[in-house]
Amino acid sequence: MKNENLYNYILGIADNSLILGQRMGELCGHGPSLETDIACTNISLDLFGQVRSYFQYAGKIAGDGRTEDDIAMLRKEREYKNVLLVEHPNTDFAYTVGRQFLFDVYHLAFLKELQKSTDLTLSAIANKCVKEVSYHERFSSDWVKRLGDGTSESKEKMQNAIDDLWTYTDELFHQTEADKAMVAEGIGVDVTKLKEAYYKNVSELLEEATLKVPDLKYFQKGGKQGIHTEHMGYLLADLQYMQRAYPNMEW
Amino acid sequence: MNQNVTLSLSKSLNNMTTTEQNIDTILLPILEKVSDPEIPVLSIMDMGVVRSAVIIDNVVKVEITPTYSGCPAMDVIGDDIKKALKEAGYNAEVDLILHPAWTTDWITPRGRKALENYGIAAPLDAEADKDVLLNGKRIVKCPQCKSTNTKLVSQFGSTACKAQFQCDDCQEPFDYFKCLK
Repeated sequence: MKNENLYNYILGIADNSLILGQRMGELCGHGPSLETDIACTNISLDLFGQVRSYFQYAGKIAGDGRTEDDIAMLRKEREYKNVLLVEHPNTDFAYTVGRQFLFDVYHLAFLKELQKSTDLTLSAIANKCVKEVSYHERFSSDWVKRLGDGTSESKEKMQNAIDDLWTYTDELFHQTEADKAMVAEGIGVDVTKLKEAYYKNVSELLEEATLKVPDLKYFQKGGKQGIHTEHMGYLLADLQYMQRAYPNMEW
Repeated sequence: MNQNVTLSLSKSLNNMTTTEQNIDTILLPILEKVSDPEIPVLSIMDMGVVRSAVIIDNVVKVEITPTYSGCPAMDVIGDDIKKALKEAGYNAEVDLILHPAWTTDWITPRGRKALENYGIAAPLDAEADKDVLLNGKRIVKCPQCKSTNTKLVSQFGSTACKAQFQCDDCQEPFDYFKCLK
């Protein structure tokens, strides 16, 4: 492929939205209340919409007839480049909004930078997504505050979720080879530069939510290289079921 | 030759955006009859999703832009446009464009009125929208009884573009079209 770095770079961005979208979509009909159920599935829909734009573009770059569906559904686990954070299961609602919050703060900062990309398609997609994601961030940070500064039980659950998920946050700021190549060309975002502001913003909100900011020195990584947690296989089995059971099906 | 006109529907809304549409006048009455599948009282022109429609070599080239990335209505809108143009004797190609990104400022005054009549509160400006959705301010007007004694029930409503509200005077629940800028 002529433009392999760009292709991989786009997948790196889009896979986060795809896998998180799948997780949020799992709550369809299973949310803790009607309103939160609708909210989670709306967020899922936004993310899938964004994924379509990215994958359509990636398909064009690949130039071998690969469609957005092929890219979404027909890769093997090791070929997905999403961060470990987004594949974490929905465990309970505190985990769901905690995961969303920890990703949204990053996602919003990332998209604001991607708007400046010299690649006009990527900057157009970012322009579109940034509006949607700022709304997601409002929703998730609102819930972290509500649960953190809520009852003793909700506080404990929210704290547990943040403590558990914290170990996956550092990976957001790791650079892959494709990342480095794209930053050098002015197309990609230098994620290492987003790290300081990220932890500052997240910590401020956690304090507002009367939660403790975890003090952790050891972080998990691997997703960006395709080395995923044990949850990923189950997630993909669900996501890819139709294409695996009925190859090339369309509707 | 068909004459193209440049409409600037958004300019009537306090110059909020300078983005202009490029719609062939001949096609306008056809496109105005195509309605938004999620909000049937609203034409896609009033919604501001059609960014250009021009005739090139007997084929109508239409560009539409999604309200939200995941809006499931876009495919249907594309098909409806082709169908309407076909009935008027044109072959059409519909492209989805992402730039410039759609904003609620592109909903026309007529579109805002149609929303209200349909029972959906039209979007406020960005600041007021924030006050409503984040700070619980009571300023969204109930489309049923016009009271502003209304509260947010859910930040997300029946579709991605709406939030769920309830009026504390007439007790009716209603959708509020979120401001997107």
